Amino acid sequence: MKNPHKFHGGVHPPEHKTESSRLPITVAPLPPRLIVPLRQHTGNPAKPVVNVGDHVLKGQMIGAADGYISAAVHAPTSGTVSAIEPHAVPHPSGLPDLCITIEADGEDRWTERKPLDYQTADPDAVRALLRDAGIVGLGGAAFPAYVKLNPGRQKIKTLVVNGAECEPWITSDDLLMRERAAEIVAGIKIMAHLMQPEEVLIGIEDNKPEAIAAMQSACQGTGFEVVTAPVLYPSGGEKQLIKLLTGKEVPSGQRPINIGVTCSNTGTAYTVHRAVNHGEAVISRIVTITGNVARPQNFEALIGTPLDELAQLAGGARPDTSHYIMGGPMMGFDLNNLGAPLTKAINCVIAASPALFPPKPAAMPCIRCTQCAQACPCNLQPQELFWFSQSRNFDKARAYNLFDCIECGCCDYVCPSHIPLVSYYRFAKCEIVAQDREKIAAEQSRQRFEFKQMREEREKAEKAARMAEKAAAAKAAAAENPDDPVAAAKKAAIQAAVERTKAKKAEAAALTPSPQPPPTRGEGANEKGACFDLPSPQPSPAGGEGAKNTEPS
Amino acid sequence: MSSPHVLTPGSSVSTIMLLVLAALLPAIAVYYFFFGPGILISLALASVTALVAEAAMLQLRNYPVKHFLADGSAVLTGWLLALSIPPLAPWWLVVVGTAFAIVVAKHLYGGLGNNLFNPAMVGFAVLMISFPATMTQWPAPLLLSQHPVGFSEALQYYFSGTLQGVKLDAVTMATPLDALKTQLSLQHTVGEVKSMPIFGNFGGKGTEAIAAMYLLGGLFLLQRRIITWHTPVSFLVTLALIAALFNGIDPNRYASPMFHLFTGGAMLGAFFIATDYVTSPTTPLGKLVFGASVGFLVYVIRVFGGYPDGIAFAVLIMNAAVPLIDAYTQPRVYGHDSGMKP
Amino acid sequence: MVLLAVILGAVLGFASIKFKVEGNPLVEKVEATLPQTQCGQCGYAGCRPYAEAVAAGQAEPNLCIPGGDNVAKNLAELLGVEFKPVGGDEGAGPKPKMVAFIDESTCIGCTACIKVCPVDAIVGSTKLMHTILADPCTGCELCIPACPVDCIAMIPVQKNIATWKWQYPVFELKKAA
Repeated sequence: MKNPHKFHGGVHPPEHKTESSRLPITVAPLPPRLIVPLRQHTGNPAKPVVNVGDHVLKGQMIGAADGYISAAVHAPTSGTVSAIEPHAVPHPSGLPDLCITIEADGEDRWTERKPLDYQTADPDAVRALLRDAGIVGLGGAAFPAYVKLNPGRQKIKTLVVNGAECEPWITSDDLLMRERAAEIVAGIKIMAHLMQPEEVLIGIEDNKPEAIAAMQSACQGTGFEVVTAPVLYPSGGEKQLIKLLTGKEVPSGQRPINIGVTCSNTGTAYTVHRAVNHGEAVISRIVTITGNVARPQNFEALIGTPLDELAQLAGGARPDTSHYIMGGPMMGFDLNNLGAPLTKAINCVIAASPALFPPKPAAMPCIRCTQCAQACPCNLQPQELFWFSQSRNFDKARAYNLFDCIECGCCDYVCPSHIPLVSYYRFAKCEIVAQDREKIAAEQSRQRFEFKQMREEREKAEKAARMAEKAAAAKAAAAENPDDPVAAAKKAAIQAAVERTKAKKAEAAALTPSPQPPPTRGEGANEKGACFDLPSPQPSPAGGEGAKNTEPS
Repeated sequence: MSSPHVLTPGSSVSTIMLLVLAALLPAIAVYYFFFGPGILISLALASVTALVAEAAMLQLRNYPVKHFLADGSAVLTGWLLALSIPPLAPWWLVVVGTAFAIVVAKHLYGGLGNNLFNPAMVGFAVLMISFPATMTQWPAPLLLSQHPVGFSEALQYYFSGTLQGVKLDAVTMATPLDALKTQLSLQHTVGEVKSMPIFGNFGGKGTEAIAAMYLLGGLFLLQRRIITWHTPVSFLVTLALIAALFNGIDPNRYASPMFHLFTGGAMLGAFFIATDYVTSPTTPLGKLVFGASVGFLVYVIRVFGGYPDGIAFAVLIMNAAVPLIDAYTQPRVYGHDSGMKP
Repeated sequence: MVLLAVILGAVLGFASIKFKVEGNPLVEKVEATLPQTQCGQCGYAGCRPYAEAVAAGQAEPNLCIPGGDNVAKNLAELLGVEFKPVGGDEGAGPKPKMVAFIDESTCIGCTACIKVCPVDAIVGSTKLMHTILADPCTGCELCIPACPVDCIAMIPVQKNIATWKWQYPVFELKKAA
C-alpha cells in the first residue's frame, strides 16, 4: 500500500546504503572480554545485582531495572565478573560510566530460558518479562519497551512498526527484515496482543525492495499492512512516521499513546519475539559497520563487544580514517574512544575519512534564506531558534517551540552558511533543562528553609512553655542548683574531642591524606533531564520533596 | 564535532549569490540590446565600487576579507543598484550610490545578514532624493533615438559628463511611467498617452522585453529553489489586481494591469529585490503579506504619489515592518493547534 | 480640543485603575530570582530578607555570591538599574556548584552543623556520625565555621553523564583578535 500522507520538509542526503547491505548478517565471534554499561536506555541506570568475582551465565541478569523508567541488563555470555567500575561508553560527552566487565569463559553456556505463552498469560506478566529481559526501543532512544507497550485505559487505534530506516549508511533494520521477517512478525503479534490495536502498519522506505517483499510475505494472513513510503529523511522519526502513516500529529509534549498510536522499531519487535517465545534477554543486536572499512557489513554482535573489535571484523579501518561516527551521519555523534562497548541503542558505526565526510567549511552569518525552515520536518523556524539560542535568549527560544525540535539535522544539512544549528539547539535545550532544575532546587531549598524556621519557632515556643513550667516548679523548690552540671559536662566532652581530632589531624598531615569518594549528586533522582536523551521540557513538579525533613532528636 | 556530519553538496552563500547574478544576465543582455553599452559601464563601476567598499568595511570590522568578499553579496547589491538607475549617468552617481549602499546600509547595520533595509534600495533612495534631475534622465531606446550612443561615447559621458556633438536632451526621453504621469496630469487619457512612441505592446518599448527577461530569471531562481513563490506571486498579483480594479473603474485615467506589471521595476522588484533574504520576512505567510504590501504600495506611489515608480520606497517601507510581520506570522509547528502568538 | 483632553484623561484614569498592580510583587519576583541557598553571604539572614531589602532599594542587587553575575544581571534588569558585577568591578562569575562533605572519621557528632544548616540537609544525632544529603545541600558553607573539629569540606559536584551539557558551539566569524 502507498501512503497518502506527508510531513513538512525533509531532505535527501546521499544514501550510501548499498555498501553495507550486499553481505548477509554475520555472527560476530565471541570476544574475550565484554563490557556491559548499566545505562543503555532512557531513564534510571540499572542496578548491579552481581559482585566482582561472581560467575555468570549467558542471559543471566546482572543489572536490574531501577524504578519505572528503567531496564535490566544481562550477561552476554558465560564468564566471570572482573570489574564493576566506570569505563568508556559510547556517549557524546566522552565521560565514562558504570559498566560491568565480564571475562568470557568460552563456554557460552545459557542460563535457564523460560519462554512464555503470551496468549494465555496475563499481559502484565508479559510486560514484566519484557522489563526483566531488558527490552528497549532499538531505534535509538532506547526507551524501555514494557512502559511503551502498556496501553493503560487508552484505546489503541494504530500500532506503527518502524522499518523506515531513513538515516544514510545504516542497513541493520533492512538486513534484519530481509533475513528474519517471520521472527519480526512474531514479535509484532506479541506487541499487538498487548496493545490490541485496530490496525498494524509497518512503514518501510521504498529503497528497500527486498525487505518490503520479505515483510509482505511474512505478514500474509496476519492482517498487518506493509506501507511503503518514498525516501525522504527523516521519515523514520517517530513523529514523522506517525504523520506519514496515519495523518495524525503527536501533540507537543505528549506521547503517541495520547492519540491512540504506538510506534515501535522492527528490531524491538525481533527482541520481543526472542524474549517471549524463547526466553532470551537482549544480549545481542544487529549493527552496521560501514564507511571507510575494507568490508562494510552487518554483524549480529553481543552487547558489550568493544567497537574496535567490530571494526577489525569488518576488515579494519583504512589508513586515512580520521574518526568514527556512532549512529548515522545525520544524528550520530563522534566516538571519542573506540574501546567503548556496543550497547542496545547502537545501530551503526561509521569509519569516517576526510574523503567521505569532508570537514565543514568556515561558517558565514545567517542570511535568513529560510532553507532550514523549508527543510524542517517539524515546521519550526530554525533561523529564529538559532538567533535566540545564540544570544542565550532562552525564554524566547522556548516560546518558539525549541523543545519540539527533534535534532534531526535537516536544517544543518541545507544551511548555505554552514552554521552548526543543531549544536545551538542542543546547547540551549541543556541550559534550559539545567535552569529548570535549578529553579526546582531553589524552590525546594526555600520550602525546607521555611519549614526549618517554622520548626525552630515551634521548638522555641515549646521550650518557653517548658521553661515557664520549670520556673514555676523551681520557684516552689527554691534555689538548690546554681550551676547546670549537664551543660558543663557536655562542654568538656566537646573540648576533649577537639583536642583528640587536633592530634589526629597533625598525625594525618604527615601521612598522605586519603580522599573520600565524593557523593554523587542527584544520582537517580531525576535522570530524565539527561541532555543526551531528548530532555523533557516539563520540569517534574516539586511534589512533596520539600516537606521531607530529618528531625535531629 | 556534533551531528550532522554531512552537508548539502555545493551549497554555500556564494553559490546562491552567483545563481542570482546569473539569473540577471538575460535581462542585462536585452538591456544592452535596447539601450546600448551604458549599462555595462554602469555594472562594471558598481561591481568595482561594491567590492572595494566591502573589502574596506570588512577590514575595518576585523572580518576575514577574502572569505567574505567571495560570497558575492556585495556585487549583487551593486548590480541591482546599477540596474535600477539610468544607464547613462555620470560615474559618481553609481559610485556614490553603491558605496552608500555597502558602507551605510549594509555594514553600519551589521553587515551580511543583519541589515534591516535593502542596501541597493537605500542606495537608490539616497540618489533619488539627492540628485533627482540626474536620476530621471533616462536614455531613449536605441530604436527611437536619433543619436544612438556608442561605447566610447558612453564612456566619455560617464567620466566627463559631456557628449560629443549633441546635448544630453537629444538622447534622453521620459520613461513610460514618467510620461504617463505627466500626460495624465495634462488631462490626456491613457489611450492617448499610450500611442506615444515610447510605449510598446503593453509596457515601454524595450523595457517590456527587459521585464520579460527578469521574469525569466525569476522563474529560473524559483526552479533552483533559491527563492520561494510567495513574495513574487503575492507582489505581482496584488499589483495586477489593484491595477485591474482601477482600470475597470476608469480606463481613461488608470493604465491596465499588464502595463503596470511590465513597466518600471515591477519584475525586477518582484523577483530580485523584494525576495532579498536578509530584508524580507522568513515565514511563508509573512512573505505573502510582505509581497502583497509592497505590490499595494508600488501602485499607490506610482499612481497617487510624487515619484514615477515606487519599488524602492515600497520595499524600504515594508523592510521596516519585517520584524513585526515575522513575529505575527509564525507557522503552526508540528503537534501544535495553531501558530505561535507573540 | 477640550473634549478630547477630557476623554483622554478619562481613559488614562480608567486605565490606571483597571491595570493597577496588586500588592508588591517585586519582592516575590526578586526572591524567585535568588538561588535560595539561605547562606547569608549577602549580609542578610536569608534570601527572603535580602529580597525585601533589594525590593525596597536598601540593598544593592549584586550581593548574592552563590548566584553570581547571572543573578545580579537578572536582578538589575528586574529593578531597572545598571548591572554591577558581584564582588566589585572584577566580576567573579558564578562559582562552580559545591556541596558540603563530612569527613566521617573525624566527626564527633556534636550536632553543631545540624543546627546551622538552613535546609536540614544534615542528618545525624548527638554523639553519632553526621552525614550530608548531597541533593538538598545548597552549598551555603554555613556549616563550615560551625564545626568545632573542621571535618566539613566543600567539594565540587561531580560531572557525570546525567548532568553533562552540550557546550556553546564555537562559531567564530571574526578574525581571532
